[in-house]
Amino acid sequence: MDGAAVLDAIRQRADVVETHAHRGDATVVVTREALPRVLALCRDEPALAFDMLMDLTAVDYLKYPGREDGPRFEVVYHLYSLAHNHRVRVKTRVDEDDAVVPSAVGLWPSANWFEREVWDMFGVRFSGHPNLVRLLLYEEFVGHPLRKDYPIERRQPLIGPAQ
Amino acid sequence: MAETTRREFMLGEGSGTGSGSQNLHVGMGPAHPAMHGIIRITTELDGETIVKADVEIGYLHRAFEKDCEEGGYNNAIPYTDRLNYVSPLINNFGYCAAIEKLLGIDVTERCKYIRVIMSEISRICDHLTCIGASAMELGAFTVFLYMIKAREFLWELVEDVTGARLTISYGRVGGVKADLPDGFSAKTTKAFKETREVLDEVHRLLTGNRIFLDRMVGLGALGREETIAYAITGPLLRAVGVPYDVRRAQPYDVYDRLEFEIPTQKDGDNFARYLVRMAEMEQSMRIVEQALARIPGGAINVDAAGRPIDPAAYVDLGKQGKTEGLLLVPITLSPNLQGQQRAALERVNVHDKRVVLPSKETTYGSIEGLMNHFMLIMEGSGIRPPLGEAYAAVEGANGELGFYVVSDGTDRPYRVRCRPPCLPPMAALSRMIEGGMVADLIPTFGSVNMIGGELDR
Repeated sequence: MDGAAVLDAIRQRADVVETHAHRGDATVVVTREALPRVLALCRDEPALAFDMLMDLTAVDYLKYPGREDGPRFEVVYHLYSLAHNHRVRVKTRVDEDDAVVPSAVGLWPSANWFEREVWDMFGVRFSGHPNLVRLLLYEEFVGHPLRKDYPIERRQPLIGPAQ
Repeated sequence: MAETTRREFMLGEGSGTGSGSQNLHVGMGPAHPAMHGIIRITTELDGETIVKADVEIGYLHRAFEKDCEEGGYNNAIPYTDRLNYVSPLINNFGYCAAIEKLLGIDVTERCKYIRVIMSEISRICDHLTCIGASAMELGAFTVFLYMIKAREFLWELVEDVTGARLTISYGRVGGVKADLPDGFSAKTTKAFKETREVLDEVHRLLTGNRIFLDRMVGLGALGREETIAYAITGPLLRAVGVPYDVRRAQPYDVYDRLEFEIPTQKDGDNFARYLVRMAEMEQSMRIVEQALARIPGGAINVDAAGRPIDPAAYVDLGKQGKTEGLLLVPITLSPNLQGQQRAALERVNVHDKRVVLPSKETTYGSIEGLMNHFMLIMEGSGIRPPLGEAYAAVEGANGELGFYVVSDGTDRPYRVRCRPPCLPPMAALSRMIEGGMVADLIPTFGSVNMIGGELDR
């Protein structure tokens, strides 16, 4: 299936906020409430069959032109289907004061570490995650460094092993 | 609670677990000779069997993604070298491919071939390192030495082209830093001959070796469904029989025009991964040989009649004052600028002044060139992709290496995300080692080929 057909198939069966195919990357934006259903549809619908969650990350749109007031975070899922050799990008937007997204660990175990990394770097929580602790940084680290309001010069003490 | 006496502990009669024995917690790493890089695996052992394993990463986190947001688009290229530091060229090209996709530009034909050639040489280096190191950890030190010898031949090729062995920074948005040097093809043929001999020797040393088989066959296996569910790609996925390879599934550069096979195995154990990697090296050499035979654009240095000319002979003629027939001919004199003259650069770079730096002659020789150079280098100028986002994937040595880039229209990337190929297998590592012996952790961990640089970024 090409990108347009994938987007059509998702649009027909689920509520989507918007779709686009900038530079050939089929992209669908959904609400947080619709996200679990859309992801499950992507995995289980035989015509879509996205059996791999290739990547899961987030973007902080705090300083993006035209997006300063909108929902701050976008959680981005890159899906790939081995059977059909097609890709899709699913995105959902969340506000800073309610930065929680339903976890996808139940659908793809690969979401486990990816979601931990997003929590670590952006402070977006994933409800239903079995073990949402920091992945790359240490637990005592204060803040979430890939947020746009985290200054790159900030230094934090390196914490040794617990005394 | 009564204290467990030494006797109770030794005999396993303690009241601690109720099962009559106590599990032992053993931490491996972060600094452990067999942990390639720094990583910590906390194991819970029942005798010598791993009951539970917990993998902890992040010791090499260097804020790659944050740093990328702080400079221009080309400034991130040296950082990408340090992702997978065994095959840095693939990282360079993967990152460039994402930016080029964002810009909507297509690199030149010769550049595509150069990227394919250099990527495949890097892939061989990576597999040689992986197998060599794993074999060494199983006691086959000879194999390690042989393979590092072969890698040395290949790194000499890389050094010829890029000027460095590891921190090569050779990719550029819209092209590559410089053209291939003279005589590259012949040197490659020679290096591949040596590499093939080494691979033959290693096959004889390992593939039928009883000790090696005992440590590899049936160990560290992960089922087909689980491998897919964990989004594991690369040799580990092909070792369970799934012929997924970005080069074939979604061809980039010129892979769709080259003939190569995708080796697969069935069992998904350490031995299957070893066989896949060994077969892939041969395929990579096949690709390079085809690409070298077909690469467009001939010798860089030609005389007035269009005949190729050896730079050394050229210099000699010039010293003798015999410059008559040589006027108006592009020449190669400075080794520092080798492959960077105008003619060479134009062959390997996109003709797009918004993206590619002009050649040195143009910069120093004309006001337009100088302005163009400044417009790309000055703070606040540089490459400016339009608003938008793009995800581009290449086949790294460990699997799909993806870059997801978001542009806000300025000269700095708004967000750069690297999808590290060895993160998913590391997430699944505890599944591979649980239930096995503690000694088998080492070959299994070796077969994953963890690269700290790209895992922790």
